[in-house]
Amino acid sequence: MDGIVIVGAGECGTRAAFALREAGYSETVTLIGAEPHLPYERPPLSKPASEGVQLKSICTKDALRAARIAYYQGTSAAKLDVHSKLLTLDDGNAVKYDALLLATGASPRRLTCTGAEYVLDFRTYSDARAIFSLANHGARFAIVGGGLIGMELAAVLRGKGVAVSVIEAAPRPLGRAVPARFAAKLHARHVEEGVSFYLGQGIAAITVGAVILSDGTAVPADVTVSAIGVVPEISLAEAAGLATGNGVLTDAGLRTSDPHIYAAGDCAAVLQANGSHVRFECWRNARAQAETAARNMAGTTVNFTTIPWFWSDQYDLGLQVAGLSQPGHASVVRPLSNGEMEFYLDEGRLIAAAGLGTGNSVAKDIKLAEMLIAAGISPDPDLLADPAVNLKSLLKNVRAA
Amino acid sequence: MTWVTACQLAEIEQEGAKRFDHEGRTYALYRAPDDSVYCTAGLCTHEAIHLADGLVMDYEVECPKHSGVFDYRTGEALRLPACENLKTYQVEVVDGEVRVAIG
Ligand SMILES: Cc1cc2nc3c(=O)[nH]c(=O)nc-3n(C[C@H](O)[C@H](O)[C@H](O)COP(=O)(O)OP(=O)(O)OC[C@H]3O[C@@H](n4cnc5c(N)ncnc54)[C@H](O)[C@@H]3O)c2cc1C
Repeated sequence: MDGIVIVGAGECGTRAAFALREAGYSETVTLIGAEPHLPYERPPLSKPASEGVQLKSICTKDALRAARIAYYQGTSAAKLDVHSKLLTLDDGNAVKYDALLLATGASPRRLTCTGAEYVLDFRTYSDARAIFSLANHGARFAIVGGGLIGMELAAVLRGKGVAVSVIEAAPRPLGRAVPARFAAKLHARHVEEGVSFYLGQGIAAITVGAVILSDGTAVPADVTVSAIGVVPEISLAEAAGLATGNGVLTDAGLRTSDPHIYAAGDCAAVLQANGSHVRFECWRNARAQAETAARNMAGTTVNFTTIPWFWSDQYDLGLQVAGLSQPGHASVVRPLSNGEMEFYLDEGRLIAAAGLGTGNSVAKDIKLAEMLIAAGISPDPDLLADPAVNLKSLLKNVRAA
Repeated sequence: MTWVTACQLAEIEQEGAKRFDHEGRTYALYRAPDDSVYCTAGLCTHEAIHLADGLVMDYEVECPKHSGVFDYRTGEALRLPACENLKTYQVEVVDGEVRVAIG
């Protein structure tokens, strides 16, 4: 037996390695990670912390040893030969596998304009170290991209007394992942905190000291960080001849076009009930897919069905979103004591919910909403809108029925 | 053993939790579906997140951020990413007043 090899030691690959043991898999487990650290969590990189940039490890060396996971730190997989089931590493060694998991994640999309070489990325611990080493009081930062990562970074930088400009090609920030109501509230909060926005603007060039927008405006900046999204890391899969698209394509059980190879986390585009392939870029998804892939690799047959869920922290506000809403869906607002929540209904059926409030105040209600979504019900919108109606009692009624 | 008064029972929602801070430490109080009251350390053992913001279902509390789950009666970590148990504290309810033995 050659065992299972996992490529990528991020949230997904690392979780999968442990989940294989939890599923009773007893052969060799090899975890290969390009980064020169123990596996670590990315979300804390863009969250406020008094002690500077945190390297929050996902597990200790001892835990890896105790679970008999062979961890190749700072090693990249260079070539995948699916016929011989052989993975060649960048140090020249090769490992054979019975089954392989691609958990290669995603890499920042790069700007292509003149001066792009001056721009910092924001994905890894070393990126965060580089960014925050320049974030001195009074420094001027330009952030290209008003998505979740860019807006979180803006909030942390404002907390450090850095002048921040956010440049976004779309007419409003946070348009992709955040429902419009909460995107607008977060935008307003950033304006209140003194962030300057340049919306509906492309980038013509980056110079030392400024970002030049497509309309000619020069935005002064000592440091420019790009946060224009990520592209799935699929090069290994592509070269090996696996089916790829916007990610490594998998079936509902996370198996790729090769029956011995699975993919999960930010790199995987997973088959949905409607026939499309969807890729998620969030922490819990990486863990949940890791668990499904591990169980399937250990011999069970389960489909991935977890409802997508993510959070974002900006200033003292916490956002949580469960499920996927579409612009056409009906929405119902529910006031909460320290925030607000919105439910999204597709022809009456509850399919998503989002909430924004101070700290983690929306968490309980979003969790209940997630369980209501999973129950597949069509609740009375008046009950959802009424803060006096306890969502837990709604759930209990559903479960009792 | 030092007992301190944390709050009134009526201030904790049934099958709910409430944060209690005392002398620079933070605790979480829970009122179970049967109205019994429990107390654990206030922060999740995975990352410093206040558990009192989490959802209480039966005898379990779920971390509001990373979905780790604990049995608040024993402090036992039931679901990852939480793997370290929570410290628990003795509680008594006297005349509607919740008192905790903090040390
Ligand atoms: C700054 C930041 C903040 C975030 N905040 C949040 C948040 O608040 N909430 C949320 O839900 N999500 C958040 N996310 C997203 C979340 O971190 C990701 O969804 C998650 O990390 C995905 O895990 P993954 O293991 O699939 O991929 P990754 O974390 O990208 O890990 C993949 C790993 O594989 C390695 N690798 C790639 N190719 C190879 C190869 N050929 N050989 C060896 N190793 C390889 C990479 O170096 C990398 O370490 C944030 C992300 C960032 C960058």
